[in-house]
Amino acid sequence: MENFDLALVDWSRAQFALTAMYHWIFVPLTLGTSFIIAIMMSIYVKTGEEIWKRITKFWLTLFGINFAIGVATGIILEFQFGTNWSNYSWFVGDIFGAPLAIEGILAFFLESTFIAILFFGWGRVSKKFHLVSAWLVAIGSNLSALWILVANAWMQAPVGMTFNPDTARNEMVNFWDIILSPTAVNKFLHTITSAYVLSAIFVVGVSAWFLLKNRRVIFAKKSMLVGATFGLLGALFMLMTGDESARQVFKDQPMKFASMEGLYDGEANAPLVVIGFMQKAPTKANPKMVDFAFKIEVPNLLSYMAALNPNAFVPGINDLVNGNEEHGIVSYYEKIKQGKIAITALRSYKDAKKLGNEAVAAAELVKFRDNYKYFGFGYYNDPHNLIPNVPLVFYAFHTMVGLGMLFLLIFILVLFYLFKKNIVKARWLNYIALWAIPLAYIAQQAGWMVAEFGRQPWVVQDLMTTLSAVSNINHQSVITTFVIFAITFTLLLIAEIKIMLTQIVTESKIKED
Amino acid sequence: MFENLTYLTLQQYWWVIIAVLGAILVFMLFVQGGQTLIYTLGKTELQRKIIINALGRKWDLTFTTLVTFGGAAFASFPLFYATSFGGAYWVWMIILFAFIFQAVSYEYRTKPNNFFGSKTYEIFLYINGLIGTVLIGTAVGSFFTGSEFYINDFNSSFWESPYRGLELAFNFARFGTYINLSLGFAIFFLSRVLASMYFMNSIDEEEILKRAKAQVLKNAIPFLIFFLFFLFSILMIDGFAYNPATGFVSLEEHKYLHNLIEMPIVGIVFVLGVIMVLMGIVRGYFFYEKCASKAIWISGLGTILTVFALLLISGLNNTCFYPSIYDLQSSLTIQNSSSSEYTLTAMSYVSLIIPFVIAYIWYAWKSLNNKKITAQEMEDDTHAY
Repeated sequence: MENFDLALVDWSRAQFALTAMYHWIFVPLTLGTSFIIAIMMSIYVKTGEEIWKRITKFWLTLFGINFAIGVATGIILEFQFGTNWSNYSWFVGDIFGAPLAIEGILAFFLESTFIAILFFGWGRVSKKFHLVSAWLVAIGSNLSALWILVANAWMQAPVGMTFNPDTARNEMVNFWDIILSPTAVNKFLHTITSAYVLSAIFVVGVSAWFLLKNRRVIFAKKSMLVGATFGLLGALFMLMTGDESARQVFKDQPMKFASMEGLYDGEANAPLVVIGFMQKAPTKANPKMVDFAFKIEVPNLLSYMAALNPNAFVPGINDLVNGNEEHGIVSYYEKIKQGKIAITALRSYKDAKKLGNEAVAAAELVKFRDNYKYFGFGYYNDPHNLIPNVPLVFYAFHTMVGLGMLFLLIFILVLFYLFKKNIVKARWLNYIALWAIPLAYIAQQAGWMVAEFGRQPWVVQDLMTTLSAVSNINHQSVITTFVIFAITFTLLLIAEIKIMLTQIVTESKIKED
Repeated sequence: MFENLTYLTLQQYWWVIIAVLGAILVFMLFVQGGQTLIYTLGKTELQRKIIINALGRKWDLTFTTLVTFGGAAFASFPLFYATSFGGAYWVWMIILFAFIFQAVSYEYRTKPNNFFGSKTYEIFLYINGLIGTVLIGTAVGSFFTGSEFYINDFNSSFWESPYRGLELAFNFARFGTYINLSLGFAIFFLSRVLASMYFMNSIDEEEILKRAKAQVLKNAIPFLIFFLFFLFSILMIDGFAYNPATGFVSLEEHKYLHNLIEMPIVGIVFVLGVIMVLMGIVRGYFFYEKCASKAIWISGLGTILTVFALLLISGLNNTCFYPSIYDLQSSLTIQNSSSSEYTLTAMSYVSLIIPFVIAYIWYAWKSLNNKKITAQEMEDDTHAY
C-alpha cells in the first residue's frame, strides 16, 4: 500500500462520484418520462383529442431540457474509465468494454436517431411513425441503461471470466453468464423501476402544483392519472426487485450487506433495524461500545430477507474480518494472506517465463490459481481498511427503503383521490406530492450510495481495489479537473432548473381551452 | 461463423470497424464545423436560428458516434483505451470538456430564463466546433507520429511526458507536432466545407445559401493546404512497423506509402475518397445552381472513404497504430492491444447489427430532411432551438 498515492485515489474517486451523481440526477427522469410520454402520445393518437397533444408536448419539452444535460454528463462518465481508471480499463476491459460498445451500437443510436424525429417530427412525419419513434426512444434509452448496468453488476459479482496471467487481465469466457447473471438482471430491473418511480413522482408532483395553483385542472389531472398509474406499477416492481437484490448482496457482498444494517456481530434470527441512530462503532479495544443510540427492530426479519429463512445466520462485520469457524467464514486475515501469495506467484510466474524456466512457471501458476480468488486482498495489510463507511451505507440504505415505501403510498392515495374523491380539494395530498419530488432525487442518490460506497474499496469485488485501478497521473491534475467539473456541472444544473421552472410556470398560465 | 476466423482476422475485422466509426465521425463533424459558421452565415437573429436548427437535428448523432467510437475502442483494443485516455489525460479532458457544453447549448439557447444568455450558448457552440475538430484531429495525428509512453510487463501504462498529451499539439521542437496539428486544422476546415454543403442541402433561405457557397471555397483552400502537408509528411516519414512473428517493433522508411501500395484496395479507396471530396467542392462551388444540394453526399462519402483508408494504413499490414517514441517496443499494435479472441468473436456478432443501424439512421434522416427548413417553419415549430 505504501507505493500508492492515496491523494490520487481519493481525488479520482471523488471525481468519478461527482460525475456519476450528477449524471444520475438526469438519467432516471429520462428513463421514465420517455415511457410516460410514449403512453401520452399513444392516447393522443388513439383518441385524437387536442388536449393529449398539448400534454405530450409539454412533458416532451421538459424531457428535452433534462435529456441534453444527461447526455453531457454521460460522455464524461464513459471516458473517465480510460482517463482516470486506466489500469482498471486494462484489467477488465475484455469484459467491461463489450457491454459499453454494445450500448453504443444498439441503444445510443436508437435513442439519438429517433429523438430527433420525436422532437421535430410534428407535421414532418406521419402520426404513426412519430408515435413509433416515441416508443423507440423509450426503448433505446432503457436499453442504454441495460448495458451499463450489466457492466456495473459484473463489477459487484464477477462471473463468466478467467484470469490470463500472460496478459495480466481477466478475459471473458461466457458472454451469457455475464448478461444473465442474477445480479445483472436484478440490478437492471431495480434501477429502471426506481427511475420510473422518480419520473412518475415528477409528473404527479408538477401536476399537483398546477392543482394547488388551480390552473389547467383538466390538463393536470390527466397528466397525474398517467403518472400515478405508471408510478404505482413501477413502485410494486421496484419493491420486488429490491427485495431480490438484498439476497444477491447477502450472497456476493456480505460486507456490504452487514454495513447496510450496521451489523457488527452476526447472529441467527437476526432482526431488521427499521429506524436507528448509529453512534461510534465498537472496536477491538472497546468491543462493548454500543453501535446504536436508538433503534426499532423487527425480529427475525433480516435473516428472512437475507436467506428466506427466519433462523438463518447473518454474519456481521466482525465475523467477516476475524472469521467464524462455526459458520465456515474465512477471515479477512486469511484472505489477505492468500491474496499476497497470489500476487507474489504472478510476479514469479512472469519472471520464470522471461527466463524460459517453464517448470517453475507452471508451479507458480498453480499457486497463483489456487489463491486468485482473493487476489485483491493482497494489496492490503490491515483488514480494517477493507470495511466501507458503515454509517453512510446504513443511512443511505434506510433512506432509500423508507422513501420507496412513501412513494408507493403517494401513488395509491393520488389514484384513490382521482377516482373516488376530488383531488383538487385534497390540498394536503398535493403538497405531499409536490414535496416528494426532491425526496425522489434523494432516494435515487441514496440507492447508488448503498451500491457504490457499500462495496468499497472494491472496484471489482475481491479482485481489484480502487488503489490498483487508478491511472498513473499526478493528483494535482485530477484535483484541477475535479474542480472544473464541479463548477461546470453545478452551473449547468442551475441553468437546467431555472429553464425547467420557467417552462412549468409558463405552461400553467396558458388559458384552458 | 466468426468462430472460424483466426484471432488475427478478428483483430483486423475490429480495426476495420474502428476505422468505419472514425470515418463516419469525421464526416459527422460537419455539425462542429457548422457551429463555427453561425455568425459568418447568419446575419440576422432569424437566420442564425435557421442555421442552429439545421445543425440541432444532427448534433446528437455526431455525439453518439463519438461515444460509440470510444466504446468500441475500449471493447476491442482496451490497452489503447487505457494507454491513450489515461496517458494523454489533458488532451482528452479538453475535448470532453468542449463536448459537455455542446449538448446543452442547442436545447437551452432560446429557452427563456436560461441563466447564461443565448450569446453564451452560441460561444459554447463555437468553442466546441473549434476545439472538437482541431484536437480530435491532433490526437489522431499521433497514430502516425507517436507519443511518449511506456508499458510494463503487467500491461500497465505510464505516460512519460509531464504535459499529459498537450505536447502532441504544443511541442514545437518536434516535427511530429506539425503533422498532428496539420491534420487537426485540415479536419477543422473540412468540417466547415461540409457544413456549408449541409446547409445547401437542408436550408431554403437565399441569403444563407449565398454565403454558404462562398464559404465552401474559402475553407476548401486552407483545408487543401493542411491536408496536403499532412499527407506528404506521413508518406515521407519513417513509419512504425512490427514483425508479426516476434512482435518486434522497428522504424521503416516510407512505411505508410508502402502500406498504400501493398494494400492496393486501400490505396484505391483512398484516391477515390480524395477525388470525391474535391468533386463535391467543385460541384458545390462552381456548379452551384445545378447541383449544390447534392455536394454534401459526394464530399461526405469522399471524407468517409479517405479517413477510412488513412486509419487502415495506420493499423493494418503490420503497422503499430499507436506508436511510442519513448520506448519503441511499447508501441501498440492490433495484435498486442486487443481483447481476447472470445470477446472479439462475441462482439463480432453484435457488429452484424451495424448495417441495420445505418439503414434506420438513413431512413430517419431522410424522413426528417425531405422538407427543407424555412424561415416560416421556425416561427411555427414549438420545439425549435
